[in-house]
Amino acid sequence: MNMDWFPLWNSLRIAAVSCILVFFLGIFFAYYVAALPRAVKGVLDVIFTLPMVLPPTVCGYLLLRVFGLRRPLGMWLAQRGIRFVMTWPGGVLAASVVAFPLMYRTARGAFESFDKTLAYAGQTLGLSNTYIFWRIRMPVCRQGILAGAVLSFARALGEYGATSMLIGYTPGRTATISTTVYQLWRTNDEKGAFFWVMINLAISAVVLQAVNMLERPHKKEVR
Amino acid sequence: MSLIVDIRKDLGDFHLRTSFEAGNGITGLLGASGSGKSLTLKCIAGIERPDEGHIELDGKVLFDSKQKIDLPPQKRGVGYLFQNYALFPHMTLRRNILCALHAEKDRQKKEKVLEEMIRMMRLEGLEDYRPHQLSGGQQQRAALARILAGRPRALLLDEPFSSLDAHLRDSLKIELRDLLLEYGKEVLMVTHSRDEAYNMSSVVGVMDEGRLLAIKPTKKLFADPGSVAAARITGCKNIAAARKISAFEAEVPEWGIRLTTAGEIRDGLKAVGLRAHYFNALAPQNRYRVTMDSEMEEPFETIIRFRYENQEPDSPPLWWRLGKDRRPGTFPEELGIAPANVLLLYE
Repeated sequence: MNMDWFPLWNSLRIAAVSCILVFFLGIFFAYYVAALPRAVKGVLDVIFTLPMVLPPTVCGYLLLRVFGLRRPLGMWLAQRGIRFVMTWPGGVLAASVVAFPLMYRTARGAFESFDKTLAYAGQTLGLSNTYIFWRIRMPVCRQGILAGAVLSFARALGEYGATSMLIGYTPGRTATISTTVYQLWRTNDEKGAFFWVMINLAISAVVLQAVNMLERPHKKEVR
Repeated sequence: MSLIVDIRKDLGDFHLRTSFEAGNGITGLLGASGSGKSLTLKCIAGIERPDEGHIELDGKVLFDSKQKIDLPPQKRGVGYLFQNYALFPHMTLRRNILCALHAEKDRQKKEKVLEEMIRMMRLEGLEDYRPHQLSGGQQQRAALARILAGRPRALLLDEPFSSLDAHLRDSLKIELRDLLLEYGKEVLMVTHSRDEAYNMSSVVGVMDEGRLLAIKPTKKLFADPGSVAAARITGCKNIAAARKISAFEAEVPEWGIRLTTAGEIRDGLKAVGLRAHYFNALAPQNRYRVTMDSEMEEPFETIIRFRYENQEPDSPPLWWRLGKDRRPGTFPEELGIAPANVLLLYE
């Protein structure tokens, strides 16, 4: 049988690119929001977490309202050669929006439990704030941050609702694992659907195992 | 060589107003939690920003609201020993200390200072350990080694003994005091323990509700705290409102007694304080009839609570604290206190 591996490749590249995007955006917003006054923090928190509780189809609809080719921003971008509708970068956009809250919330939790005196100690020792961020805060918070990244990757990989609305299903162009499963099942290709389900299960199992390993606390040696 | 601090900071209901000058040696800031002593340290280090004021160290202005000077903590040259020591948990002891030397580019010099600090703080052999593998005392010395490696011009200690076991504290106090005196820079130590303040510092300031009540050489402060709050914070158990009668005599209506004092009483006397240790069954002066109320034993001392014969009924009993070897078999009928031990409190 001549297998079409495109959905796997497409899903992986969408998940990888959106995971990297969401990693930096999530950390950036988590860091700044964690330091904001309570009232502002509450509002931003709601906005940044919404995609997690909204049905993905609603996210997809909203994305179409903004980036659709007949909408001002979508038109403006299309004139400059950037299209999110029916393209794989659109898949990245959809997956990023849906996965962002996972990264943002886990990173914020990690930053909030970070012992501020470590940063103060760094400052009084003459270390620059950049050094303190990358060499002290990030390593100390690394468990939470890596767990957030892995969860975002898993969420991006499994994204269906927003993706199918924004980029649809075009074999060889926008098909992802999740949209392929639906299409094959819909067209009575039971065997094909089952194959992709197994692929998806395998990837998810690996990802969850990775999360478990990251969350296992380090053994403390006590003298 | 001096640290000049004169700052104001408002945080909601809390108003910090501190002004003092500290010279060489160890200065203690004594106060209850929430009295503003740690906030004062943070303002000096540049971690917190005063609303207005002036901070100067050895002639260099660190903060001045009028001149719009506010050096970042990195440029202040002030070492800060945090309550929990704030060692970086993911780094070995060696890397922790090297952090303070990151501006030094000469590798050999770096290694030399590192070695010197390890030796001075007796941390040999622990270079590759992480903070959680060190004991409390070792962590404290490791944090000090890291701070001193950066050659700060002044040292701030925030409750340096609070995270140590009680039985370690006493030996570490002596050790730390000797290390700091050897270091020979200004040291400002914040503590809520009057014992620590007394043990370690040559000068002690008393803070209460954001205000510095008094700052004096340690022995003078404990002998004459000057105000009710300062007397209480330095551990005086028996305080009652008093009225001046003559230059050397005060009346205490609550206890129903008159006290002769050694120092001349100024106008505006508000209260007197009698430290629990200073009562004496044999003292001839300020002698009054007493009755025992209750007793509480400690391992080596005992606390006897008693009432004066003419004491007001709703006034709490007084504390008398004495070594068990000096405890009389039968409770004395009269107790006296030397005039020099009557604390005169004015505000």
